[in-house]
Amino acid sequence: MGRPTLTILGFEPKTALELPLYLATAPAGFPSPAEDYIDKKIDLNEHLVRHPAATFFVRVDGDSMRDAGVASGDILVVDRALEAKDGSIVVAALDGELTVKRLRRRDGKLLLVPENPDYQAVEVAPEASFMVWGVVTYIIHKA
Amino acid sequence: MPSLYALVDCNNFYASCERVFAPHLAGRPIVVLSNNDGCVIARSAEAKAAGIPMGKPAFMCRELFTRHNVAVFSSNYALYGDMSARVMTTLSRFTPTMEVYSIDEAFLDLAGLPGGPEATARSLRETVVRWTGIPVSVGIAPTKTLAKLANRAAKKRPESGGVLDLAACSDTDAVLAATPVEDVWGIGRRHAAMLEAFGIRTALAFRELPRDFVKKRMTVQGLHTLLELRGQPCIDLEHAPPPARTLMSSRSFGRAVTTLDELAEAVAEYAARAAARLRARGLVASGVEAYVQTYADKDGRPPYANAAFAAPRAATAHTGELITAARQALETIFRPGHRYKKAGVILLGLEPGGRRQRSLLDAPPEEDARKGRLMAALDAVNAKWGHGALAPAACGIDKPWAMRQASRSPRYTTVWDELPVARAG
Repeated sequence: MGRPTLTILGFEPKTALELPLYLATAPAGFPSPAEDYIDKKIDLNEHLVRHPAATFFVRVDGDSMRDAGVASGDILVVDRALEAKDGSIVVAALDGELTVKRLRRRDGKLLLVPENPDYQAVEVAPEASFMVWGVVTYIIHKA
Repeated sequence: MPSLYALVDCNNFYASCERVFAPHLAGRPIVVLSNNDGCVIARSAEAKAAGIPMGKPAFMCRELFTRHNVAVFSSNYALYGDMSARVMTTLSRFTPTMEVYSIDEAFLDLAGLPGGPEATARSLRETVVRWTGIPVSVGIAPTKTLAKLANRAAKKRPESGGVLDLAACSDTDAVLAATPVEDVWGIGRRHAAMLEAFGIRTALAFRELPRDFVKKRMTVQGLHTLLELRGQPCIDLEHAPPPARTLMSSRSFGRAVTTLDELAEAVAEYAARAAARLRARGLVASGVEAYVQTYADKDGRPPYANAAFAAPRAATAHTGELITAARQALETIFRPGHRYKKAGVILLGLEPGGRRQRSLLDAPPEEDARKGRLMAALDAVNAKWGHGALAPAACGIDKPWAMRQASRSPRYTTVWDELPVARAG
């Protein structure tokens, strides 16, 4: 067994995919019910998008997921075709708002857990209006 | 194997699109207004229940909007077109045989699929809502007209869970009896009024009419509707009644098409045809959807079907602008290496032309007037010499992809070049 080799994947514009950028924000921390669409298209290499029909881009607002590498202003690649598992970072609709958190299942309870000690985990009450909106597969972070 | 049609229809499509991204609107009435916020063109179930009428000018509804806390949206065809393409792409995973009928409807052939039609329909429904957020209803029947009717019944019966298979339904006749005759696919208002005069008010009563009666009063199209209600498939989509509020042009190719160039020619041709029909009706379109379907490959690769959307800078009926948008949409979904069987173009967001709000970015009015004159000339030439006598080069010259019409008789009465000839020798 030799050392693992790194493969550099060439960028093929042929596989570029146009997805409209959806610019409502998923508050991580303070709710900010901004709802604004822009018609701009962004190209995304197919490597980041397994299910084009089910993949949406969501912008982050707030820093409650800071320690998971999600900063305010980052763009999340969200795949609705994937099953959310314990430990998935998800975009969830909770009480009428989109929020990004880590999903935890403990003793039959659902928790939405932030990745920043300044924030509290939220237990999803059975009567809450809640659904997993999609599973975060990539975080697009400006260097 | 005979076909088994499923009509899949997005519930309150435009309102549902808005709701996907705004979960706080769950349970709230939503309406969508036409361009320039003119009239109500779409309503959520709650808005319908609140008694907000379809087509009513927005300024006359203000009080209703306030009273029912209605969320009011301007139309967003970029969003609706993209969401439509996502729904169609998701549907195409379930069957190799699918026909897009409008921005929010498609016919799928479910014959012979493992697990049976109803299970397939339930799984398809679940997948579409999970992947795209859009709820759909499914009607299943041996003909398209019956599938449309089953779909309507599925929506009306909450206990159906959004899926109704007419064949598995113990009271098929009751479903037909509960369908007003004017709601049957392909029966227009004029024919419905005529039937009313004979006391025919339901789909069931219509189905029992003698063939000759129907053919005499409603032409062969009425006869097709009658036969379809009796379970004999005879309507292909190219001759189907056009869907509401959209305009569609599509054809199956005469032979498999493999190159983007040929496909683009075909799509340009369909866009040109649709644009001419649009102008004939005095309308402009806000968006263009293109879709493609391929054959299943011999090497076992599944068939590919996809749709995409593009919007011209402003609502338009100009052939060139619509071809450009259609081609843009096509380029995003073309995949090399496939054998394409069919393509189509859907124009959506139709509204009366000439009342368009001008934006600062618009061409000066004289350029608009010039474009209008060019289109009028194009239409006049084609009216006189037959469709395609004058056409954008983008539509191709030889059209090798065109549907085989070798056995078509001359167009004796509509094209100068094909008039009947009387020898005088």
